[in-house]
Amino acid sequence: MSNASLDAIAAKSGQPFPGAPNNWQRFFSFSTDHKVIGIQYIVTAFVFFLIGGLLAMVMRGELITPEADLVDRTVYNALFTMHGTIMLFMWTFPVLNGLANYLVPLQIGARDMAFPRLNAAAFWLVPVFGTLLMVSFFIPGGPSQSGWWAYPPVSLQNPTGNLINGQVLWLIAVALSGVSSIMGAVNFVTTIFRMRAPGMGWFRMPAFCWTVLSAQMIQLFGLPALTAGAVMLLLDLTAGTSFFDPAKGGDPVLYQHFFWFYSHPAVYVIILPVFGFFSEIFPVYARKPLFGYKFVVVSSVVITVLSAMVWVHHMFASGTPSWMRMLFMFSTMLISVPTGVKVFAWVATVWGGKLRLDTPMLFALGGLVCFLFAGITGVMLGAVPFDIHVNNTYFVVGHFHYVIYGAAVMGVYAAIYHWFPKMTGHMYYEGLGKLHFVLTFIGVNLNFFPMHPLGLMGMPRRVASYDPEFAYWNVIASLGGFLLGVSTLPFILNMISSWILGKRAPANPWNAIGLEWMIPSPPPVENFEEIPIVVSAPYGYGSDEPLVANNPAGELINEHS
Amino acid sequence: MSTANLDPTLNTHSPHAAEHEEEDHRMFGFIVFLLSESVIFLSFFVGYTVYKTNITDWLPAGVEGLEVREPLINTIVLVSSSFVIYFAERFLHKENLWGFRAFWLLTMAMGSFFLYGQAVEWMGLPFGFTDGVFGGTFYLLTGFHGLHVMTGVLLQGIMLGRSFLPNNYAGGEFGVAATSLFWHFVDVIWIILFLLIYVWQ
Ligand code: HEM
Ligand SMILES: [Cu+2]
Repeated sequence: MSNASLDAIAAKSGQPFPGAPNNWQRFFSFSTDHKVIGIQYIVTAFVFFLIGGLLAMVMRGELITPEADLVDRTVYNALFTMHGTIMLFMWTFPVLNGLANYLVPLQIGARDMAFPRLNAAAFWLVPVFGTLLMVSFFIPGGPSQSGWWAYPPVSLQNPTGNLINGQVLWLIAVALSGVSSIMGAVNFVTTIFRMRAPGMGWFRMPAFCWTVLSAQMIQLFGLPALTAGAVMLLLDLTAGTSFFDPAKGGDPVLYQHFFWFYSHPAVYVIILPVFGFFSEIFPVYARKPLFGYKFVVVSSVVITVLSAMVWVHHMFASGTPSWMRMLFMFSTMLISVPTGVKVFAWVATVWGGKLRLDTPMLFALGGLVCFLFAGITGVMLGAVPFDIHVNNTYFVVGHFHYVIYGAAVMGVYAAIYHWFPKMTGHMYYEGLGKLHFVLTFIGVNLNFFPMHPLGLMGMPRRVASYDPEFAYWNVIASLGGFLLGVSTLPFILNMISSWILGKRAPANPWNAIGLEWMIPSPPPVENFEEIPIVVSAPYGYGSDEPLVANNPAGELINEHS
Repeated sequence: MSTANLDPTLNTHSPHAAEHEEEDHRMFGFIVFLLSESVIFLSFFVGYTVYKTNITDWLPAGVEGLEVREPLINTIVLVSSSFVIYFAERFLHKENLWGFRAFWLLTMAMGSFFLYGQAVEWMGLPFGFTDGVFGGTFYLLTGFHGLHVMTGVLLQGIMLGRSFLPNNYAGGEFGVAATSLFWHFVDVIWIILFLLIYVWQ
């Protein structure tokens, strides 16, 4: 599509596109356009990703030698607490909400989210509680040191005696993050239930939207439990109650239940949308329909339901009775069935396809490989006897970083590259993208693989110093960590320079099937000239069946769709 | 490609339909929100039950139990107000604006009575928020619920005020329906809470 016709649409809609060169100010203003909000979320999340990454670099710097010589024990505790908190609450949830915000209305053929102002309000809470969390670096006593799960009684200690301390700020920030997420979840669920384009039945909805729906259901019904626990902890800390204080008759294990009832399913809030990216990306770059589309979407729902029934596997070592451990061990293992269905479908999709190894595909494949590895260690951890053995060792840290960095971060990168032309109207630089992938993939494996042997050898987690026998693998892990730090540089460079200078992107640079690819890049303010009428299921690669009965962009755009 | 079998009325979106759509979706979204909200209450209820069954010296020293009579009166008032608000809504649907206002105001009065009764009860109790887990959970549950009653009365006040604006409430409207749903929700929560705290002593 030529610049002239883009300008024609811009003139017609009366407002320049988000991402038009002269228009970056829009991203700093209160906008109710889901596309602007989506990008606001993503950019904010990556600012925090860099902060959280910096903290990780300091940790790996500390761990490159056995002694605690770079930072002391208390600072180290604060470092892993804030690293974990920032990565989970300030990167994963916002970045996935951002991508979902951007993509869901486009993929279901809607003009916006159901509640645009609520959407903006939910976003603007993110910088607010992010700042609150950052403030805790600068107050007496420093940030919380009790880990991102904030178990009492550790989280009930208040050595400074001040009412405003790191732990209190942490709790308020987490509670606000919960409020923001629930606002977002109400919006997504309503949007997906009520605003699908005519003709888009449930089994004509893209797999990504299904995963968003599943993930947001978990937010809706899991988060309130965490919020309840956080409120009670806050009252213990500030108002003198004793809900979780064992010294005063409280029950710290009840807190663990509240916490894990949400926080286990929360891993699916993270991973389900990433599964969605895989399901969207593999068919495009393999030029084949998504294998077993219905099984793929139904398995998301099954995972959602099962995820609410496994939380006790985090408490195998917390004095949980045996019969309960067995029950939750089986439910945990059961989750590998629907997950296996998905993996099988992706492998079958890619198998024998004419693979195009553009950056999004590389990241998706890399993410899948890491996810497979994490899946194996995950099933191992689900087995009670093994878990009791490696609990609180680096094996666990290795496992979840393969999930979170290997699968989730790489999946998000894949998605960002895949939809970058759509979002910005410019192509990214393929060379920089490939460099980014290679550095990331090597970095992830160098950083997180050594953690498994370390865990099996018995290196405990959350320690600033360790026995010299662990030094060998730790040096490798640290080097991998620094490499990961370096790997973000080509990414940032790529994003900024190609958004400004990159080649103009056509409406459908990948020859993909989907409503979002039928409208110009970037999409005009209300997305669709005319709301599309959907007449077939997505992923019809190789078939002649049209996706829609009308052309949603009117006569303006034909050459690429 | 054939479009003949598609219902043409399906595609009624006009470029400026967005605002109307938002109206339509509000009730759906509000129900979803209430479902989520009920999980917070559920968590508190579960917590209360776990504590009550596990802790041996549950009541603080010197406390015999809770007086049921006054809370029972309060319960009756709150539960009846759910019927009153229902009639208020009925009047609105029949476009009897004064009937609506009268019953709506009565609901507000009953809600306020409930809050007053709870304040009086709190004042007379021999234990405080920080008196063990019992004191904590008691005030947490009743307080969190009371906050909801207060919100409900406030919303009702806003709706009452709006009913005096010209041309408002021509044929029923979202704010009234949502407020009334919220009121029923608060009511159901109270019934569970009453059974849990006052009846199961
Ligand atoms: C450069 C990449 C990263 C490095 C080098 C790194 C390193 C570390 C280290 C050394 C720990 C402390 C482990 C322990 O003592 O138990 C840790 C914990 C953690 N990391 Fe990472 N990490 C990275 C990326 C991420 C990402 C992307 C996420 C999530 C999105 C994440 C989430 C967490 C969480 C939740 C914890 C647990 C924190 C706690 O113990 O409270 N990490 N990481
Ligand atoms: Cu889990």
